[in-house]
Amino acid sequence: MAEREKSIAIRNLVKRFGDFTAVDNISFDVYKGEIFGFLGANGAGKTTAMRILCGLSRPTSGEGSVAGCDIRRQQEKIKKHIGYMSQKFSLYPDLKVWENFELFGGIYGLNDRQIKARTEELLHTLGLEEAADSYVKEMPLGWRQKLAFSIAMIHEPEIIFLDEPTGGVDPLTRRNFWELIYAAAERGVTVFVTTHYMDEAEYCDRVSIMVDGRIEALDSPAALKEKYRAKDMDGVFTILAGRAERSDK
Amino acid sequence: MKEISAFIKKEFKHIFRDKRTVLIVLVMPIIQIILFGFALSTEVHNAVVDVVGDPTDPQVAQIVHRMESNEYLEIGEFLNSPAEIDARLRKGKAAAAICFEDKFDEQRGRSGKAAVRIVADGSDPNSAQTVTAYIKGVLAGTDSDGIPTSLMYNQAMNSSYNFVPGVMGLILMLICSMMTAVSIVREKELGTLELVLVSPVKPFWIVLSKLVPYLLLSLVNYATILLLSHYVMGVPVRGSLALLSLVSFIFVGASLGLGLLVSIISSSQQTAMLICGMGLTMPTMILSGLIFPCESMPVILQAVSDIIPAKWYIIMVRKIMIQGAGFGDIALEALILTLMTAGLLALSTSKFKTRIS
Repeated sequence: MAEREKSIAIRNLVKRFGDFTAVDNISFDVYKGEIFGFLGANGAGKTTAMRILCGLSRPTSGEGSVAGCDIRRQQEKIKKHIGYMSQKFSLYPDLKVWENFELFGGIYGLNDRQIKARTEELLHTLGLEEAADSYVKEMPLGWRQKLAFSIAMIHEPEIIFLDEPTGGVDPLTRRNFWELIYAAAERGVTVFVTTHYMDEAEYCDRVSIMVDGRIEALDSPAALKEKYRAKDMDGVFTILAGRAERSDK
Repeated sequence: MKEISAFIKKEFKHIFRDKRTVLIVLVMPIIQIILFGFALSTEVHNAVVDVVGDPTDPQVAQIVHRMESNEYLEIGEFLNSPAEIDARLRKGKAAAAICFEDKFDEQRGRSGKAAVRIVADGSDPNSAQTVTAYIKGVLAGTDSDGIPTSLMYNQAMNSSYNFVPGVMGLILMLICSMMTAVSIVREKELGTLELVLVSPVKPFWIVLSKLVPYLLLSLVNYATILLLSHYVMGVPVRGSLALLSLVSFIFVGASLGLGLLVSIISSSQQTAMLICGMGLTMPTMILSGLIFPCESMPVILQAVSDIIPAKWYIIMVRKIMIQGAGFGDIALEALILTLMTAGLLALSTSKFKTRIS
């Protein structure tokens, strides 16, 4: 694996808020085109770590690079090379679908011609061409999540961060959503995803599990299941998360 | 630049697609200015005044006649004794009564002095004061040595002269601070603010593009209020329109800064509304001199009123519009307001930046 290109390389990352150490000396690599699952119970420090990787927050100590940019000194440059989607966010509901594309295309510095081309292309992939003119608030949640994913990809980022992207939808819709993730990874996009659903953890190439701010385990789902002698990822997670001393904030 | 224009365009879509927002932004100012201008005037029309005295007395008859021809007063009943006044006031049949001494004309002719008394309904002190002032005015007219009084800048004591500047301050503040705060907090609630922050657009530009639409709308409101108050209410703009616009612009800046501060401390749209309503609108209505004169407040409240930007703005608008004051006359107020604006904008933008990173 040593010769594979790294998209994310993190060494000894620490983030403290006063006395509280949210992220406690974590190190890991994510390779190009990999689907990397970032798991952990609430309050384990996932969100804090992810905010640092996205250039939203500076680490207290530690080094790292995301898409070739330094996480301390090149935060603005990182933002150009990544896409971000969160379950909490499902686009601007009072804007039409194409208007959301237009807005985020504009924010990421695409010109009108590029925006038009990307919008058509992405809607075609989703099979949602007819929905271009409808308001986002009128669409089902599953569609909104797919659209949000496509919009996060509008500027063709090298890495896409998905923060619990499939919250609140049924397993079939989740399965459909993961087809999009696989397709992106096949095109060479690195996928960094947090989730609460352990069936989704099984879909990842490699998974890290955070407990109390530290990475307790990091390997492929198959290797983790073998190591902890669990029949599925749910079992692995229960064993590791059970060790937590820190409770939910 | 494309980033910013895409953002501003989107903000306008938010505003015009939400009926409530359109109502608040474009219709409310018109309704408020009309309400304050007409309904909430402190003038008293057709106040009923009872008379205790001899209607056949020539002097009394003359005074009564003059009161009848006064457009603000109306003669009610002739009562036989002052004891009847109480019942009339209680029933709300009369607002005041005027009592003449017996043989009023004769007394006056003999000693040059005759007793007359005004009794007014003090349960509503404001209108009691106004009505007694009207009656005194009529009585004073009978004496050749009445004190000639003229009210400069507002001969007719038109109360919209007082309200228009105040309402202008209130509306500009409401639109700029409340709407800005609510629109930013809504993005916090939706989670879209975070999404915008992970984009390469710098936080400063995000803030700016949030403020610009409300700045433009408040300019529309400013123009609407001026046109309405001039053509419908007949309030003059005696001073320089450019100067008036300049101070309004500075005040809008202060309001936007306040709105931004509110958006930083509130986590839900309801909180933002509540803070704006209780923390900004109410103090502005009560303490800025819009309704109650600052000079008659207790010292502590006067000190509080000094930190309300709207107070200084309203003072300046009154001076410019009604008195026709130039820059030299408002220099102090302009300086205070400018400093407040600069402070508020600097504080809120820096807080906003640290808060999100």
